[in-house]
Amino acid sequence: MVDVNRSWEDTWIAEGTTPHPLPWLPPPPDPGASRVVPRRRHRGRGNGPLRRTRDNQYLAGVCGGIGERLGIDPTVVRVITVLLVLGAGTGLLVYIAAWLIMTRQGEDRSIAKRITSDPGEMRLAMVVGTLVIAVIVGVAASGLPGASNLAWPVAISAAGLLFVWRGSSVEERSELRHVLGQVPLAAELTSGSRRSSVLRIALGVVLVAIGVEGLGGLVTTRSSWVATRGFLGVLAVIVGFAIVFGPTWLRTVRSLTEERRERVRSQERADMAAHVHDSVLQTLALIQKAADDPREVSRLARAQERELRSWLFEDRPPGSFDDGATTVAVATAIIEQEVEDDHGVDVDAVVVGDCPLTEDLQSLLAAGREAAVNAAKWSGTTTISLFVEVEPNSVSLFVHDRGCGFDPDAVPDDRRGITDSIRDRMTRHGGTAVIRSAPGKGTEVELVMARQP
Amino acid sequence: MRGPEAGGAPVVGKRRPTVFLVDDHLLVRSGVRAELGDTVEVVGEADEVDAAVEMIRERSPEVVLLDVHLPGGGGHAVIDAVSETHPDIRFLALSVSDAAEDVIAIIRAGARGYVTKTISGPELIDAVHRVADGDAVFSPKLAGFVLDAFAGDDEPQPCPQPRFDPEFDQLTPRERETLRLIARGYAYKEIARELSISTKTVESHVSAVLRKLQLSSRYQLTRWATERRLL
Repeated sequence: MVDVNRSWEDTWIAEGTTPHPLPWLPPPPDPGASRVVPRRRHRGRGNGPLRRTRDNQYLAGVCGGIGERLGIDPTVVRVITVLLVLGAGTGLLVYIAAWLIMTRQGEDRSIAKRITSDPGEMRLAMVVGTLVIAVIVGVAASGLPGASNLAWPVAISAAGLLFVWRGSSVEERSELRHVLGQVPLAAELTSGSRRSSVLRIALGVVLVAIGVEGLGGLVTTRSSWVATRGFLGVLAVIVGFAIVFGPTWLRTVRSLTEERRERVRSQERADMAAHVHDSVLQTLALIQKAADDPREVSRLARAQERELRSWLFEDRPPGSFDDGATTVAVATAIIEQEVEDDHGVDVDAVVVGDCPLTEDLQSLLAAGREAAVNAAKWSGTTTISLFVEVEPNSVSLFVHDRGCGFDPDAVPDDRRGITDSIRDRMTRHGGTAVIRSAPGKGTEVELVMARQP
Repeated sequence: MRGPEAGGAPVVGKRRPTVFLVDDHLLVRSGVRAELGDTVEVVGEADEVDAAVEMIRERSPEVVLLDVHLPGGGGHAVIDAVSETHPDIRFLALSVSDAAEDVIAIIRAGARGYVTKTISGPELIDAVHRVADGDAVFSPKLAGFVLDAFAGDDEPQPCPQPRFDPEFDQLTPRERETLRLIARGYAYKEIARELSISTKTVESHVSAVLRKLQLSSRYQLTRWATERRLL
């Protein structure tokens, strides 16, 4: 973020504009600034979406954006804007509204969208909105001449600026901080220095004093604006206290959150260490012992990989399969694991869709498991594909290998039993089993079970 | 776009494609190098995003073998930066993770295939050549993910989706069958035989699916991939 800030600062200075006390006011014409403008102008009237510009901005880039879009010199737009702001308070409101609504170049959402999509910010918006209405109504009721005309633009603008600050991107915020840094009082207040806290406390105390004075006056006043005076008094006291104690309170809350985050983090680290110790280190020890048995080594490695994978990527604690499967996907994962463990083969399982495990589907998977074990034992390959697809009306399961294959019509009786038992399991539950194989061509078992509505 | 010295006129036949390796583990890089042997010409290696982008631009290899998880922004940061200036460099993602969100994200970033690091040597070589020739490489897992993510197209959508484009948001029955066969562990040649079509047609089906996967505006695609984690 520091870089962003600096680059912005660099362009600021590079363009030869001496930092203006109120940087969003149009600067006096100087050759440095005009270097930027013609580059924009030669594009002529833009036809892209209306965006807040980022390379020709003083505050929000609203005027620059409008100028670019309409193909006129942004300075003209700026002058009009300033006249509107000075002439009627509504100009300021329109400017802030544009700031909120117009998306900044290079960003994908406007500030308004960012605020409205965050429930926390919306809650705050509700509170602030109520407060703004209360202030406007309160001031209007006070009957002070002219106060009401001034109060509502100021209250709404203040609220708007609050959300500009909260909803702006990190990059824009750091730029704003830089702009604020050029306003003497604001810079002093936000710098966090000793002098700033003195200034802050003084301001707060003055506000509290005004508020208390206002409240105290109630006893002696009988006029019609008793209620208003009371309200404004309370408001002044609250704002005063907020200014004095707000930063301290914010700091406390922040450090508490940070502390909690740190605790969670160290807990996670401990869990991770325990897991790595329990499973990974144990497996590595076993692998070293079994170093001269490649089959066992690869079995161990595979089992460990699977466990680690399900723990890391699927948030499944190791061994949680043991509690019994409730869905087709989990049951398939168990089959994958058991067949790999028991027979030292690689099972490439793919599941599409998922559904709860019924009795019928249980027998489908049992038959599928048998087919996979069969392939592991007899096919002679080390890789078996297992594909399960859950569709609205049926579940199909394929076990495929590229092994030696066999002639289904000439199977010796001792192996016949296996294919028969697969078929029997399926037909008993209304499913079908098709076995395709030829010597040297591999084997594929296709099992389909209808789903009960 | 490509520099004049670029070592990459399109390959003719089974020439040795130029390959660049990006992985933050030295062990993996040397393992992959050994497995590829002299079937390809490895023109360089990098272990983090910035260095990778710079060297890939300089050497413009035909294929970049790319780890999904990389310090400095992940594999898709490399794809984003390189394809801006060198749109004809192809990427094959190589990862230990077969989590749906990783797979879908890197494919949508522009990788032409995804294989896990447990892939056997010959299969990896085949995959690299395939990508060099402009084809897509789908593992059974990836095929399963695509079927899963594009599921339910046969039924009418419950509510109109934003920018729903049937051209990119639906699979044809033929593409669906092809993906099913890949998920069942069939090689392209076997799929061609099973569907009585040519291997070239299988390849074009797979490439079409890849395009759809990259261009689809289905909002479910991303949501599906992240939600899958919570199953």
